Amino acid sequence: MQGGLARQRRRSAWLFLAPVLAVLLAVAGWPLARTLWFSFTDARLDAMAGAGFIGLENYAWLADDPDWWRAVRNTLVFAGISVMLETLLGLVIALVLNARMPGRGALRAAMLIPWAIPTVVSAQMWGWMLHDQYGVVNALLLGAGLITEPWAWTANPNLALGAVIAVDVWKSTPFMALLLLAALQMLPGELHEAAEIDGLGPVGRFFRITLPLIWPALMVAVIFRSLDALRVFDLMYVLTGNSSATASVSVYARQQLVDFQDVGFGSAAATGVVLLVAAVTALLLVFGRVRLGEAAGR
Amino acid sequence: MRARRLLFRAGFALLLALILVYTVFPFYWAIVSSLKGGSALFSASLWPARPEWGNYAAVFREQPFGRNILNSVVVAGSVVTLSLVLGVAAAYALGRVQFRGRSTLLVAILGVSMFPQVAVLSGLFELIRALGLYNNLAGLTLSYLIFTLPFTIWVLTTFLRELPVELEEAAVMDGATPFVVLTRIFLPLLGPAMATTGLLAFIAAWNEFLFALTFTLTDDMRTVPVAIALISGASSFELPWGRIMAASVIVTVPLILLVLVFQRRIVSGLTAGAVKG
Repeated sequence: MQGGLARQRRRSAWLFLAPVLAVLLAVAGWPLARTLWFSFTDARLDAMAGAGFIGLENYAWLADDPDWWRAVRNTLVFAGISVMLETLLGLVIALVLNARMPGRGALRAAMLIPWAIPTVVSAQMWGWMLHDQYGVVNALLLGAGLITEPWAWTANPNLALGAVIAVDVWKSTPFMALLLLAALQMLPGELHEAAEIDGLGPVGRFFRITLPLIWPALMVAVIFRSLDALRVFDLMYVLTGNSSATASVSVYARQQLVDFQDVGFGSAAATGVVLLVAAVTALLLVFGRVRLGEAAGR
Repeated sequence: MRARRLLFRAGFALLLALILVYTVFPFYWAIVSSLKGGSALFSASLWPARPEWGNYAAVFREQPFGRNILNSVVVAGSVVTLSLVLGVAAAYALGRVQFRGRSTLLVAILGVSMFPQVAVLSGLFELIRALGLYNNLAGLTLSYLIFTLPFTIWVLTTFLRELPVELEEAAVMDGATPFVVLTRIFLPLLGPAMATTGLLAFIAAWNEFLFALTFTLTDDMRTVPVAIALISGASSFELPWGRIMAASVIVTVPLILLVLVFQRRIVSGLTAGAVKG
């Protein structure tokens, strides 16, 4: 196309982009900058305008608060274990669904159910199933003789984080499985036939051929899930309230911000959440050997 | 050899059944529990002996649940409309026009959907209050654009990029403006992609909890997830589980029907959004 026409196109491109950029700057960029600013002030929820600058004081308090570090630990344990389990289980389910067999469509449809259910609803559903007195999980385990007395899954601090992880694994494994299934279905069938002729067994074929080929897709799925898991809020909030045994960094930050009305300190915690997420993502990108360009399409 | 194959098949079928029970049972249990009235709720029988609808009636009697559903529909509906209108325009620019800074912009937009929502909470709270939108559905709609817009733009851009250049070349040579090219040539082709992204945006907005919890105050402004999370009984020790399960079933059944009907589309949308992007 000629230069004049191309220039006109570029100008109209910016015109088309302007509304979106304006909206994103208003609802994402500006609030993010304000949060960062609040983290250096003593702002309160009822007096946000008259906030005074107090430097790094909020961050010093944050670093001194054992509850914050507990929340960091909870978040990392939650994200690490649940994403790992979801990846392994998701891979198994994807391999099963990839096999040619009757009822595959129905099973794939069933997989979408946990994904579509709102997190709040799945937390409530599991909260009821894990109820210490009337829960079906305790009833089944008691009936099978695996436990001798009912366990308080969500109230016992030693079990609660495990319960939260179990709910997340139930809810998010299907998502993982569907993404991995899509990657598996893009592999050419001839590869496996050639390997079979060369005498490679099913296990060898999986580790030598399938896994390396779906690795980029797998890592992208892992990064997506990890980002999601690191900002988890509703699951803990609904299943166990603000209990410090399970509180994630997001729960902690919101509690400071809204319940204790301490916007300055809460914003510092929120900034801490961003730093934590950024650090973990960077580590995943380095150790997963993913190039950002690849992950971001083309 | 034959016996081994049979054993293998049986094991495979068992694995399938196990996966199926694992994914479906919790929702099944919610339905069963919601149909149990009185003390039947506290027995672990896998089938309601005498199904009752009392819990369903109670959900609407004890709180403005009908209003909550309407709120969710209004918010999710307007979020989808806004995201699609704004998203299509942006995707056209990002997908069809070469200009400097395009890929940086795409990555930046994707980045917006990546950062934790709690990071914008205090700034957004201030903004929403300044605009007078606290405890107002418009405030929720505005805040939900943070996560629906980037996703919509990303998928639509990917889709538009794959279409051949010849499509618009002739029209541009004839002097058609970019607006005409977008609305007359691309929009009709974008139907399926827009249905997919719209559906995913709807589900995301329908399920959102953190913003809805923080930016609304009164019962009649709450969306469905917040209403369900905050259902409480006469005392804090006795949660009305039958009612909670009934409410859960009410909001989940339409969602599941939607998902089952548009199964293929959703899976392709998810993979376009995640595997490619």
